[in-house]
Amino acid sequence: MSDNQSVKKWSRIFVANNIWVPIIAIVLGLICGAIVMWIGGFNAMEAYQALFDKVFGSKYDIGETIRTITPLLFTGLSVGFAFRAGLFNIGADGQLIMGMTGATIVGVKIDFLPWIVHAPLTVICGMLIGGLWGALAGYLKSSRGVNEVISCIMLNWIALYLSNYLIRTVVLKPGTQRSETIQESASMSIGWLSTFMDNARMDWGIVIGLICTSLFYIILWRTKQGYELRAVGFNPEAARFSGINVPKNMLKSMMIAGMFAGLGGVFEVLGVFHYQVISAASAGYGFDGIAVALLGGNHPVGILLSSILFGVLTYGSAGMNFSASVPTEIVRIVIGCIIFFVASQGLIQMLYKPFMARREAKRKEAA
Amino acid sequence: MDWLNDIANLTNSTFVFTTALIFGAMGGLFSERSGVFNIGLEGMMTGGAFGAAIATYYAENAGYGWVSPWIGILAGIACGVLFSLLLAYTTVTLKANQAIVGVVINILAVAITLYLVKVIFDGAGDTETLKEVLKKWPVPLLSDIPFLGQALFNTYPTTYIAYLLIPISAYLLYKTPFGLRLRSVGEHPGAADTVGINVIKYRYIGVIISGVLAGIGGAAIALTTTSNFSHTTVSGQGFIALAAMIFGRWNPWGVLGATFFFGMAQALRNFVKLYDWSKDIPMEFLYMLPYLLTLLVLAGAVGKGVKGPAAAGEAYDPSKR
Repeated sequence: MSDNQSVKKWSRIFVANNIWVPIIAIVLGLICGAIVMWIGGFNAMEAYQALFDKVFGSKYDIGETIRTITPLLFTGLSVGFAFRAGLFNIGADGQLIMGMTGATIVGVKIDFLPWIVHAPLTVICGMLIGGLWGALAGYLKSSRGVNEVISCIMLNWIALYLSNYLIRTVVLKPGTQRSETIQESASMSIGWLSTFMDNARMDWGIVIGLICTSLFYIILWRTKQGYELRAVGFNPEAARFSGINVPKNMLKSMMIAGMFAGLGGVFEVLGVFHYQVISAASAGYGFDGIAVALLGGNHPVGILLSSILFGVLTYGSAGMNFSASVPTEIVRIVIGCIIFFVASQGLIQMLYKPFMARREAKRKEAA
Repeated sequence: MDWLNDIANLTNSTFVFTTALIFGAMGGLFSERSGVFNIGLEGMMTGGAFGAAIATYYAENAGYGWVSPWIGILAGIACGVLFSLLLAYTTVTLKANQAIVGVVINILAVAITLYLVKVIFDGAGDTETLKEVLKKWPVPLLSDIPFLGQALFNTYPTTYIAYLLIPISAYLLYKTPFGLRLRSVGEHPGAADTVGINVIKYRYIGVIISGVLAGIGGAAIALTTTSNFSHTTVSGQGFIALAAMIFGRWNPWGVLGATFFFGMAQALRNFVKLYDWSKDIPMEFLYMLPYLLTLLVLAGAVGKGVKGPAAAGEAYDPSKR
């Protein structure tokens, strides 16, 4: 196999033309979750009911659900953007962590700037560091021919430990396992909205996320640059023949993907927690991002919708645990099953092809 | 001669850590040699650790005594194989994307095992501590060799199996028709197909061997180092194994060297904790080392750049031959 063939193959898988695949995948995923709950001796209907009650129960819960959606939207955009250029960005996790760390350091260390300068500066720093981390994988791919999947996995772990090291040595709050709280002037929380939403942690992240969603569309479908990126994604060989600089476009797409993921990390720190903890393992947002992008067919609207779905599932799992005592892992199982069904479209096609064929035959008869 | 003892002990614990990595990395190797990219190693090892811990728990309660951990290993293999069949069916038969299915296996394995542990143990996040785990078993005579005996021949049975696994795999891969066919399917499935090798069958075999070995690897962790199963039991070992496989350049002997090296990094972490001066060492860099080195090797910064089996990552489609 040549590299190019694989890229071609991937873009075919990821650019889902069929709206039925994601919908059937969601239904099958929820059914699988129900079966697993039934095996564990839980009442699945009750549990799903509890999930939705939790999410739409109060203003606070709605606000917190939006907070859960935000990083998923960013990592989904990140993974989706790279997919469009034919690259599998499994490294959104590491890029997000680097974005967090960048934001934490700039947010804690600089203490003399007013909000209007400091906050945007912190956001941009975090975004750029995330972008550089993505570009690193892009560079290894375009100049060194390193498969981006492998390099991204390695970079995820390196990012985790590098970030732990930086927090521990640069901004550690003495006696704890977390960084100092960021300066008030770097905060991206929206105080009045939080008060309105019964103290849910509201921040500018979702607004920027929506802007990024539109940017995703504009860059890819309304600019020459985006055309080149998509051309590389569809067929790098053809793109090269028509004079497009393929390595440069791979680098760019990974850089932009990294910036999206980095922003996700930035708002986790500046908007939600206001500090970063030293952790033994990553929160796994990057892997959820793969699920989001895949289910959303790498289209901005699809990504937005699927990030909402996964955000609702993730936040609601706490409610399932509380009122139906179902372990929260069930939601990870559902999410895993959904990506599984989207990835192995063959399974779904086996299910719906017979129906489609019959409909097609009828249409022909009518004509 | 204190330092010699220290080195012997360090080598000994290095091999304990290396065991799981050898199984994991060799698992990855068989799969990738047959042309299936196996990111799901972590998940398969998690499955193995879970199966081993649960089966051992029930076996020891049923009074099977010292046989229990061996029943555990068989259960670990079964769980590993279960996940490998998922990978094989979707990627080989349905031609789904191998990297994505690998990610799915990692997500599903961790979630399902933890879910089942919580269901079985009434909401607790880990199994009870196992009593009947594998015991260190000194080889008669050989373990009496000064230092060397302590370093190599006074360890867990799984470690001995891991020692043996390397030459057996090397023989199997490079000296038998089976190995030649397995490798050819991973390098150029089209050519292999034209000379009558059943590509689908060999890929299934490769992936299933991968599941068996990764399952044993996970079981080895649960039954030797941790003595229970929780979400931290495997925590990244599958990825280190993946890194070791690449660092070892898809070759059994290379894998032995790489896993020993990465196992040493892990053992060293626990080893230097005993000393006061270790507080000044940034431990994070030691954690980072396997991944960093793998990247450097891949990028060609250390030695010449390496490429894996040529067809790994791509589903075989006879119509494109």
